[in-house]
Amino acid sequence: MKVLVPVKRVIDYNVKVRVKADGSGVDLANVKMSMNPFDEIAVEEAIRLKEAGTADEVVAVSIGVKQAQETLRTALAMGADRAILIVAAADAHQDIEPLAVAKILKAVIDEEQPNLVLAGKQAIDNDMNATGQMLSALLGWSQATFASKLEVNGDNAVVTREVDGGLQTIKVKLPAIVTVDLRLNQPRYASLPNIMKAKKKPLGEKTAADYGVDVSPRLEVVKTAEPEARQAGEIVPDVDTLVAKLKERGVV
Amino acid sequence: MAVLLLGEVNDGELALDPTAKAVNAAKALGEVTVLCAGASAAAAGAAAAKIEGVAKVLVAEHPALSHRLAEPTAAMIVSLAGDYSHIMAPATSDAKNVMPRVAALLDVMVISDVSGVVDADTFERPIYAGNAIQTVRSKDAKKVVTLRTSAFKAAGKGGPAKVETVDVPGDPGLSEWVEDKVAESDRPELTSAGVVVSGGRGVGSQGDFALIEKLADKLGAAVGASRAAVDAGFAPNDWQVGQTGKVVAPELYVAVGISGAIQHLAGMKDSKIIVAINKDPDAPIFQIADYGLVADLFQAVPELIEKL
Repeated sequence: MKVLVPVKRVIDYNVKVRVKADGSGVDLANVKMSMNPFDEIAVEEAIRLKEAGTADEVVAVSIGVKQAQETLRTALAMGADRAILIVAAADAHQDIEPLAVAKILKAVIDEEQPNLVLAGKQAIDNDMNATGQMLSALLGWSQATFASKLEVNGDNAVVTREVDGGLQTIKVKLPAIVTVDLRLNQPRYASLPNIMKAKKKPLGEKTAADYGVDVSPRLEVVKTAEPEARQAGEIVPDVDTLVAKLKERGVV
Repeated sequence: MAVLLLGEVNDGELALDPTAKAVNAAKALGEVTVLCAGASAAAAGAAAAKIEGVAKVLVAEHPALSHRLAEPTAAMIVSLAGDYSHIMAPATSDAKNVMPRVAALLDVMVISDVSGVVDADTFERPIYAGNAIQTVRSKDAKKVVTLRTSAFKAAGKGGPAKVETVDVPGDPGLSEWVEDKVAESDRPELTSAGVVVSGGRGVGSQGDFALIEKLADKLGAAVGASRAAVDAGFAPNDWQVGQTGKVVAPELYVAVGISGAIQHLAGMKDSKIIVAINKDPDAPIFQIADYGLVADLFQAVPELIEKL
């Protein structure tokens, strides 16, 4: 079984995001970039499927700027077998929307014919939570989002999903798209020898135009602003004062 | 312009709070038709008809719709889409599962987790875990939108609007439901509760989380947890408040032993009154709390329970 894992290069989750003063977006100049944390979990799960003998090949795909190569090298160092970079943007500030990403991925999948796509449930930059669902729709495949447990059995997969009220388990026909949630696994760190080895693994490069996909955005960004700041209130000396204040405000 | 709004239906019952909030956000854009879909959805449809601002309710009943599986639910919505300029839903986990699929089938971009409706084409939404608010204008002919319910007030009672049943395209047979594990609780639902008491890593253990629950029960509150507390195994994931969990905006939010990581603040900073109890005076949570108490939670919380 072949597993395809789309990965996105995003601002590192430890970096404090700064909104540009002119309202045009978020400042990405000289900011550390990393693999989207949810995508790391997807790569880890794919590699575990390979280690368990369920999968025989793991292919990582990234769509974005040329520098997303580094993100793909990380996936290769974790254990993916090969990678495909699709250059679709010249500047990191140009975010390719999930619909366009899904269209490009569909074209890649038509060529690669994987049985399973494992994707992060959302990217921590645009927080759209959409690519997996959109890809599944375009392919007419089954989808299981927000997975916290995955079991592949022959022609189907049993997936436990994180939903509002608790957990839902569904059985999906393969091929399928599974998007992963935080609790599915703990991704490994790439070891130095594996990082060295990853440099020799195949990494193909294409462009969005090669697949004939128009990546121009459907959503025009009018402005990007800082969220409204909340003012700090007061420090109360003891529980009695706290109770008195809450009674004054009429909430207890 | 007309809005098709997917009502939040669980096991045949309407979740009134998220649906009424979404109706309130949607009604400025045009006549609102609420779709209630499920194995049985007539009761949910009757409840939705009594929400102020609802012009019509469509009831779609079919076994394939019983567990809100994405594929049949999306096909159902797409079959109705022709008549509407906007297709909207409260941003619940069900809607986040279904609506991007609907959007892709219609070849439009989804606009997720909208916190403000500017006009028919223009919406505000948080990005980067709430560290920035982006205003986007859609160029698509149809807008597919999920609404962050904590950002909107619930519509009141009205109607009753007329209720019609609609045909269901059927089951594409791609996936099947196996089981639900829903935590049974007498407490109010987290995203619609008036009071929320949340515990963080500072609570220290799963056993000690009982103290948080005791305070919650004293206040008639829902129980929440930070991601750190969930990751540490102190609390179940469906209690998680934050960017990767639930977004809440109660009248009163009590954060106990929570330092206030940006991730957590993104899920609760729209609460009306925030109380923080933490022994670290430098915890970032104090920068956004209305009332901060620098104290050991194991002394302060029992005292608070006693004095409330």
